[in-house]
This record gives sequence, C-alpha cells and structure tokens, in this order.
Amino acid sequence: MTSYAFFGSLEQGFAFGLMVLGVYLTFRVLDFPDLTVDGSLPLGAAVSAVAIDAGVHPALSLVWACGAGFLAGAVTGFLNTRLRILHLLASILTMIALYSVNLRIMGRPNLTLLGKPTLVDLFTTASGLPQYLATPLLFALVTVFAAGVLIWFLRTELGLALLATGDNPRMIRALGVNTGNTVILGLGLSNALTAMSGALVAQNQGGADVNMGVGTIVAGLASVILGETVFGRRSVARAVLAAILGSLLYRLAIGLALGLKLGSFSITPSDLNLITALLVVLALTAPRMKAKVFS
Amino acid sequence: MLRAEGIVKTFFKGGANEVRALNNVSLSLAEGEFVTVIGSNGAGKSTFLGAVAGVFPVDQGRIFLNNEDMTAWPEWQRAAGIGRVFQDPAQGTCPGATIEQNLALALKRGQPRGLGPGVRRQDRELFREQLARLGLGLENRLRDPAGLLSGGQRQALSMLMAVLVKPRLLLLDEHTAALDPKTAGQVLDLTVRLVEELGLSTLMVTHNMRQAIGLGQRLVMFHRGEIVLDIRGEEKRNLRVEDLLQRFSEVRGEEFTSDRALLT
Ligand SMILES: Nc1ncnc2c1ncn2[C@@H]1O[C@H](COP(=O)(O)OP(=O)(O)OP(=O)(O)O)[C@@H](O)[C@H]1O
Ligand SMILES: [Mg+2]
Repeated sequence: MTSYAFFGSLEQGFAFGLMVLGVYLTFRVLDFPDLTVDGSLPLGAAVSAVAIDAGVHPALSLVWACGAGFLAGAVTGFLNTRLRILHLLASILTMIALYSVNLRIMGRPNLTLLGKPTLVDLFTTASGLPQYLATPLLFALVTVFAAGVLIWFLRTELGLALLATGDNPRMIRALGVNTGNTVILGLGLSNALTAMSGALVAQNQGGADVNMGVGTIVAGLASVILGETVFGRRSVARAVLAAILGSLLYRLAIGLALGLKLGSFSITPSDLNLITALLVVLALTAPRMKAKVFS
Repeated sequence: MLRAEGIVKTFFKGGANEVRALNNVSLSLAEGEFVTVIGSNGAGKSTFLGAVAGVFPVDQGRIFLNNEDMTAWPEWQRAAGIGRVFQDPAQGTCPGATIEQNLALALKRGQPRGLGPGVRRQDRELFREQLARLGLGLENRLRDPAGLLSGGQRQALSMLMAVLVKPRLLLLDEHTAALDPKTAGQVLDLTVRLVEELGLSTLMVTHNMRQAIGLGQRLVMFHRGEIVLDIRGEEKRNLRVEDLLQRFSEVRGEEFTSDRALLT
C-alpha cells in the first residue's frame, strides 16, 4: 500500500466513521436493524451539495444535512413505533422512499461541486498542509468531536434512557420512559450522523450521487463488528471509539483488497459489497461456530 | 387509592382461542394497604396487574389511582405513580448498565429526562446508603454492570429501584418465585421492610399460600378471571391454609387446584 493510498483510506475511514457511529447507535445501542442509512447517507450528500451549490457555507451545509438525516430517521421510528410496522421493514420503506426524495432534492441523479468551495478546500488552505494530509486531519477532527458528543450524550439522563430502551424496554417503560420517543430520537440521531457522513464524503469526492448509499448498512455493520472484535465494547466510551477504529480498519482492509491481484483476476470497487457482505456473515456467525467447535 | 372498576380483558378476541382473562374485576385498595394475591395458574393475577400498570388496554372498566382516571394512560405515564418488580430477575434491571446507572434511571421515574448528567455525584451517596441496607455488599460495586449480579441480587436491586422514588402503588408479581428458597426469603424480608417503612399500598402476587396468609392486611383470590375471595381484618389475621381451601370450595363448589400452589 502506498502512503498516498494509506492516507486515502484514513480519510475514508474518518468520513464514513460518522456513519459507523450512527450504525453503532441503532444496531448495538437500540438493537434496531436500521437500513435507513442506505438512503440517509446520499440524503446528506444531496442536501449538502445542493446547499453549497446555492451559496450556503459548506460548514453550514453540514447542519442542513444533519437536520434532513434526523428527519429521515425519525420517519423510520414513527413507522415502527406509532404505526407498528416491523423495524426492518419500516427502515426499508424509508430507504426506498429516500431514493425518490434524493432525486427530487438534486433534480438529477448526481450533482458535482466542481468549482464550488468545500470544507476540504477551506481547511487545506487554512491549515497550509498538503491536501492528502489535510483531508484526513479535518475528517478526524469532525469525527472525534462527534464521538465525544455521543459519549457525553449517552451519559446524560436522556442518553441512559436510550441505552435502557435497547437493553430492556419493558423495565424502562415501567420506570416512566416513553420508549416510542426514545426509539425515534435514537434513529434520528443515528441518521443525522449518517447524513453528515454523506455530506463529508460528497464534499470530499466533489459531488453527490443518488446511488452512493448502496451498501452503507453492510459497510457500517462490518466496521462496528470489526471494531468491537479488535477493541472490545466493555464500556460505552470504548464501544464508540471502537466503532471509529473499526471504520478505519475496514477502509484500510478495502484499500489493501483493491490492490490485490491473483493472476489476471483483481478485485474492483464493484466487488466490495459482495466481499463486505461475506465479511459480515462471517463475523456474525463466527462466535457461534467457535462455540460449537469448542463445546 | 387504587380503584379498579369492572375490568374486562379478553385476549385473542373473536379468535378460536379467545381467553377472557379478566371478567368484570373490581378491587379497591386503601392507602397503605398491603394485599396479597393468590389463585391457580391462568387465574388472571398477572393480567390484572398488567391492566393496572397499563401494559395493555382493557376492554371495559375504569382504573383510578388517587382518584385520577388513568384508564387511557399508556404504561410509561402510569409509571409515575407505580413501582413494579417482575418475576424474572432479568426483567427488572438493565444488564448492560451499571448498578448506579440502573438506580439513576429509577431515581427519575415519573420525571422528564433531559441532558443533565445521568448519574450525579450527590446521588451516589444516596445509592450507597440504600444499597448498604440490602446487606449484599453492592454498595461497593456501583460501577459493575447489573448483568453480573446473581438472580437474588438483581431482584433485591429491582426491589430497591421500584421504591427509590416512593410509588403510590407497588405491584409485585411473584417476584421471589424464580429464586432459591433462602434468597427468596431474603428478598421477601426486604420487601416487607420497605413496604412497612414507607407505608406502601401494595399488591403482591404469590403462589405460596403461607406467604399470602402471613403477610399483609388483606388477601384476594382470583379464579378464572374473577375475584372469588376477599379476606381482611380479623378474619385475615386468624386465617389458616385449611380455612382458605375450605372457603374456596364453599364459594366455587370445587377443590382448589394449582400445580404451583405451595400449601406448606
Ligand atoms: N399476553 C397474553 N396473550 C394471550 N393470552 C394471555 C396473555 N396473558 C395472559 N393470557 C391468558 O390469560 C389468562 C390469565 O393469565 P394470567 O397470566 O393473568 O394468569 P396468572 O393468574 O398470572 O397465572 P400464573 O399463576 O400462571 O402466573 C391465561 O389463560 C393466559 O393464557
Ligand atoms: Mg402470573
């Protein structure tokens, strides 16, 4: 792996790290398999790109993206908790609907940001670093800050109620928490993070594409599982940091895989979803296999 | 205090296996009254507690707590006035959260939760003090996940959590049934101590007739979705197991059977 590719993987790892934090929040904290992220990642990208295109400051466009992502997650939560649609199906419905929404927002399948100022440009200029270093540094700052906020939040009264909603909903209802509301809040936050991730990715690759969200949930799961396998999840703070490190490891692994050549066969970016899906299957079944072998 | 009037609850309504779990049940509790509840399997005891706690809506009837009609309230809203301990020790605590976090969650029962710190420093002192009274050494394990505790320890913790904010009504559904006899005895002692100390209005379901007779000021027996016996005062104080069985067969014209009732 060239150092250029290495920094490229880091920058991806941090940019998608926000999404991985979101997936951690739904998959691990709320115990809610949320596929909305496949739609909310391009949603964030679209909103940010359209906003920047309209002259909004790229930093401010992140706020807009977050808001849109929160709404998307809240819709899934509403479908599940108020209309009693199965969680998985509820999230698929939102994800599919978002495809149309994203096309509406952009007015076309993709929108380029060529010639427009992005956060990456602004930070590179301001820091004086070469872009291949400035970008991962910028994304690291954003993602680590978000992780800090998430850890802080999960230790507040509301945050504890959210943790308990995933852990033991019956008990926390008996303690006076409206679990419907905490689920909606959790999904909203998760998709706000995911949309922000999409916005960073769009600003980094110079545009938004309506198809850029395909496979987001699988990549998110792979990162979360990879992170907790390597770093553990004994405490909330540790699990949150493990999610980010998992994201970095995952993107590094992909960077390595893409350079791989077996004779005339080489792995292309279009193979990644298959490989990642296999990885997640392996990770999800490995603990059980291990238990079987050793019992 | 608690007033339930004409509660009807049918499961699988209209279906082939329709069950009328509660058939016109009315029960009023006086302030501070400790009522034990017995009945054979499927008699409707848990369903009644569930109806009071708002776990599901009832088909008919009204439920008041301190003269407030809570029939239409969801479970979480009723929780402001009701403390509960379940039969399954795993149900009463959050396994992934620490002991102090569980207590902090309980300390906010019935209050809005905001962005303040989940566990406050000054609350830790209270938690330690309260845990010390359990005599289980948990006061030194505030930061251990509740999932590490044994069934009995968890049930004691659940008991403490249910009363940490004084509830208007305490609902106990066979909360010692899953424990070994010694631990069950300890948790029961704790229950009695807390109920008496705080003067809590309590409904306690048990399969142990001795317990039902020995504890509280009043005993209610459920049978096939109805309350068939309601014994209190002098009569309750002098009650023996044989009397109870006798009274039951008088009322129902059949023998009392329960595969889990402990007669000794
Ligand atoms: N959630 C439910 N769905 C369907 N049927 C139910 C449900 N809960 C209870 N029932 C039925 O209602 C009836 C009363 O059950 P309930 O659990 O109240 O009995 P119980 O007196 O608590 O019995 P036990 O002593 O066995 O706990 C039973 O026939 C039971 O099968
Ligand atoms: Mg029961």
